[in-house]
Amino acid sequence: MRVYLRHPVTVVWALLMVATVVSWLLGTHHGTSARAATVLVLVIAFVKVQLVGGHFMELRGAPRPLKALFTGWVVVVCAVVTGLFLAG
Amino acid sequence: MPELLTTPAPTDPERRHVPGEYGIWVFILGDMTLFAAFFGVFVRDRARQPAAFTESQATLHIAFGAVNTCLLLTGSLFVVWAVQAVRRDDNAAARRFLAAAWVCAAVFGLDKVLEYADKVTHGLTPATNDYFMYFFMFTGIHALHLVIGMVVLAHLRRLCARPVLTAANVRTIEVGASYWHLVDLLWVVLFALLYLMAG
Repeated sequence: MRVYLRHPVTVVWALLMVATVVSWLLGTHHGTSARAATVLVLVIAFVKVQLVGGHFMELRGAPRPLKALFTGWVVVVCAVVTGLFLAG
Repeated sequence: MPELLTTPAPTDPERRHVPGEYGIWVFILGDMTLFAAFFGVFVRDRARQPAAFTESQATLHIAFGAVNTCLLLTGSLFVVWAVQAVRRDDNAAARRFLAAAWVCAAVFGLDKVLEYADKVTHGLTPATNDYFMYFFMFTGIHALHLVIGMVVLAHLRRLCARPVLTAANVRTIEVGASYWHLVDLLWVVLFALLYLMAG
């Protein structure tokens, strides 16, 4: 059991769970800085996607073009979504 | 012993490995692009009527969304463990992990049904306003992905009941696993957009 707990993938999972709770808190207790909290929530979401892709979907060991396409999506969509939010 | 959980994907450039097959990645990236368009349209429309969207969003129980996110992330962990189990020829463990992932998905599905029922009984439907149109449409399309994911997980579990898995079988399992993680990652973004945005 200890082996599973120390394995990198389990650590990534724990990080993802913490990030989910942090986002939940940011979404419900943002106080006066709602825009800053939202930007953080959006960025965290896309970091989570990158972690899922890299560690769960095994893209870290995949051919570079495939990794690049996935990471490209993460970066571009994060930027567009965040930009559209901030521009509003 | 740590070597029981061998790192599946080699980092040696000469032995880089496409998880599953190229075909599933064409699908995954295509689906992600479709959802990216959904995300963009939602955020753009939200920017035009932030107060209306915020007011509608306030009717959501964010706990539903957060618990659902944790369920899918945990399901993904089980799927990763299942694939690792298959690689070390522990099909029994793989079947257990796939069953656990399936349960996570089923609870997500149940949660979603409860959430939709809660909304509808309060008179909130896709026809109510733009926010709820997006909410039901996107979570609905995602739920379809999830149901397909459950069928896939069940199929993979049946596959792992075979005494011997061929290389093609293992690739199929990787393909199914990759699809499952897609269901997970799409929800991660939907949760942020539909439940957590403010300001």
